[in-house]
Amino acid sequence: MIVESIEKQTPLYQEHLHCKARMVPFAGWSMPVQYEGILAEYEQTRKGVSVFDTSHMGEFTIAGKARESGLDRIVTQRIVDLPLNTCRYGMMLNSQGGIIDDLIVYRVAEEQWMIVVNAADIEQKAEYFKKNLTVAAKFKNISQQTGKLDIQGPLSRQVLAELVPMIDQLEYFSFNEFDLLGHRVIISRTGYTGELGYEIYFPWDELIVLWKKLLANKMVKPAGLGARDVLRLEMGYSLYGQDLDLTISPLEAGLNGFIDFEKDFIGKDALLAQKQSGVKRKMVFFTSEGRQSPRHHYKIFTENAPIGVVTSGTFSPSLRKGIGMGLVDRTIDLKEKKLSVGEQNNRMIVYLTQRPFYKNGSLRN
Amino acid sequence: MEVAEDVLYTKEHEWIKIEGDTAYVGITDYAQSALGDITFIELPEAGVELEQFEQMASIESVKAANDIFTPMSGKVIEVNSLLEDKPELINKSCFEKGWIAKIELNDINEKANLMTPQEYGKLLESLDG
Repeated sequence: MIVESIEKQTPLYQEHLHCKARMVPFAGWSMPVQYEGILAEYEQTRKGVSVFDTSHMGEFTIAGKARESGLDRIVTQRIVDLPLNTCRYGMMLNSQGGIIDDLIVYRVAEEQWMIVVNAADIEQKAEYFKKNLTVAAKFKNISQQTGKLDIQGPLSRQVLAELVPMIDQLEYFSFNEFDLLGHRVIISRTGYTGELGYEIYFPWDELIVLWKKLLANKMVKPAGLGARDVLRLEMGYSLYGQDLDLTISPLEAGLNGFIDFEKDFIGKDALLAQKQSGVKRKMVFFTSEGRQSPRHHYKIFTENAPIGVVTSGTFSPSLRKGIGMGLVDRTIDLKEKKLSVGEQNNRMIVYLTQRPFYKNGSLRN
Repeated sequence: MEVAEDVLYTKEHEWIKIEGDTAYVGITDYAQSALGDITFIELPEAGVELEQFEQMASIESVKAANDIFTPMSGKVIEVNSLLEDKPELINKSCFEKGWIAKIELNDINEKANLMTPQEYGKLLESLDG
């Protein structure tokens, strides 16, 4: 039997190999997990500036009025009052209140929107949008034409300003269209690292030109999914597929702040019922005692009783110890309790804390 | 990929350097490279007796946790405690400064179950392809 690699490639696949990337399958794509090394790329992003290929993510455009199009009903956040050229983080739920994805809504014009979703199952999410939008809406899945680079780190503004002089006008979670290498493109001041940074939406077929231009600046280095995961987890940001999925309620995941119960949205009735009866679990954040790291799927214990599961864990370079997040039984009072994670007979002690684990990010500089 | 000439190898990518009745044990260049940045190692306790290919230590990188098995049986007589604070020594110098434990060998004949540098080199070539 011939086993064919069915992973999709971004326009930068050959460039990643050229940069000596280690490629791994991720959400149906072949993506760089690391180039030089995860810790080096982590440091580069916290202290300098890195570029990440995030072309695997999905982008949809919708033309139509916020409410009449049905868009406001798809997203847990209110978008009717979203100011022009700003973005808002939210979720799309199924009718049972399960999280289909977390996403960002961009208001491009009064009646023009861009939605950015995660890489897995983009087609299914596009179908969900089409099904739930009204005939008044015009929907397009532009994922295949849209490449994306994230440029992240305290020096990202300085580096990007050489190509886009007006970039310093962008406030956190806002965006605009800029001229960049002969294209009119959307750049938003957003990211997934906790550092000052930008996401650049660029024509798929031309992305290699932008990649090479950015890396021609010696201050910029490529960073992979490995560093990205450490950076996001130090901020306590959720990763869909681990910390969020169809079986996890946003009320459990600690995303209450991104749900607007004053308006209608798909899954609202289910969430209201959960509020009434009380959800079963809650997300907690913890650090380990030493350098050993909690890992995805480890169990969480109080004394000898399993009370939950680690959804994400890693080594935190800034704290020099393990960090993690996980879902635990909400009914258990955790105060004064000794917590540990691992397997029944091989566990490490952990201490509850609050997110973010890393507090010195340049995010809002 | 470096393959040291003065040690023997396991197919799990550990090495053992035999010096008379005792031996140093560590992981290979291939192993450290595959693991990536090493962030933690749980060392064995001095005095513990191990069977050949029994789990001796566990090691973590940013990405994952893995077990390390002893290439030969014996008693752990010393561990490289520098690794507790600087596990990255294994990335930097896996055959020298990044040694993991020193063991008192039970049975020198067990080395028949290990690979020579030439055999290990061939294994790496086959993994490459």
